[in-house]
Amino acid sequence: MTEAGRAYSYFPGCTLATTAVDYDVSGRAVAAALGLELNEVPDWNCCGAAFPLSADNVMSFIAPARVLIAAERSGHDLATLCAVCFHVLKRSDAYLRTHSEAAERLNAFITEGDYTGRTRVRHLLGVVRDDVGWEAVKQRVAAPLTGLAAAPYYGCLLLRPQEEMEFDQAERPRVLQDLLRALGATPVEFPRQAECCGSTLVVSAPGANRRLSTAVVDSARLAGAAMIVTACPLCKYNLDQAQAGRPSPEQLPVAYFTQVMAAAFGLLEVAGPAFAVEAST
Amino acid sequence: MRVVLDPLALHGAFIREIEAISEQNLLACNQCGRCSAGCPLVEEMDLLPNQIIRPAQLGLDTVVDSTSPWLCAACLMCEARCPKGVDLPRIMDALRQIALRRGESRVVAGDVDPALLAGAPQMAIVGALRRGEK
Ligand code: SF4
Ligand code: SF4
Repeated sequence: MTEAGRAYSYFPGCTLATTAVDYDVSGRAVAAALGLELNEVPDWNCCGAAFPLSADNVMSFIAPARVLIAAERSGHDLATLCAVCFHVLKRSDAYLRTHSEAAERLNAFITEGDYTGRTRVRHLLGVVRDDVGWEAVKQRVAAPLTGLAAAPYYGCLLLRPQEEMEFDQAERPRVLQDLLRALGATPVEFPRQAECCGSTLVVSAPGANRRLSTAVVDSARLAGAAMIVTACPLCKYNLDQAQAGRPSPEQLPVAYFTQVMAAAFGLLEVAGPAFAVEAST
Repeated sequence: MRVVLDPLALHGAFIREIEAISEQNLLACNQCGRCSAGCPLVEEMDLLPNQIIRPAQLGLDTVVDSTSPWLCAACLMCEARCPKGVDLPRIMDALRQIALRRGESRVVAGDVDPALLAGAPQMAIVGALRRGEK
């Protein structure tokens, strides 16, 4: 495929528009650097933030369905960065494709258009792997991250359920390792790379949440990582909070994969605090 | 002699309610325990994930009072590893829904720590309230 004409609908979601603007900004910058055109979904709303697990309440699919319909009208694949948005939109799409009665009922409630299942929901990391390719990523690297021991942290929602997410192998994911290698860094395997960070239990069961996020950080530290790489603002928040009281030499910086890409591409103004030292030297 | 478990004969109102909400067949579970072996929240739960299913299979609605559904993070580790294709987080959600529809809620918007509201990602607050509030 050539550079030209790779356009996507882009759904930032509430978190990237507010508390995780650094993810949004770095994501847009690296996409542009790779020749990917991201067109923000017009008039978007929250995806709902939790994939509806109850089959007897179709109305909980209104929010994701509205986003899917808006993307459909653009005619391009729908790309996201937030792992939670990706999970909710991807699974809602899978659900509505296979539950035509639910889709019909939703269409009766949504006035802007009908859900027809023509949009493919993608994560930008998957777009980089499948549409850009690691070779093209390597060619774009201006400052290889040689010697950076980075722990690829997937968490849950990017990967599972594997058949619905169509993203990577649930028990042995590779995409972040492949990305880190393409950027010149050294991926560090660690046992908890696909274990839960605690997720929304940060609100409803903070003690349990802290136990899980601390275990993820310690697992990465023990494996020799100098940094944790994530694709989820909630994972980042939980892992940062778990280390908040520690003396700074013992803290592992947590960076979005887009910030790591930005650092390797020489886009230091959007690479975030983890790469700030290198930026000033 | 053969003993045949007839799902229809066993299915009382409580089981039908769980199955309608979750679209899962409770009797598919053979109690192998792989879900509980992989679940990261078992330390805090009062019943292990497989121990939630067993009373439910027997129609005992006391499982609605368990803390376990409220501690399930919907991480889907059990779903990935269940050899019988049981989507356990859907069953956990059905139990939460049954409690919520009875008017019992364990997550109250007004009780969320203001410090958390100020700093946590939006989708954490929205997600937690959508899962656990009436
Ligand atoms: S892993 Fe599946 S079959 Fe085994 S106990 Fe859990 S739900 Fe039942
Ligand atoms: S989805 Fe819930 S029950 Fe299953 S492993 Fe995760 S926390 Fe445990």
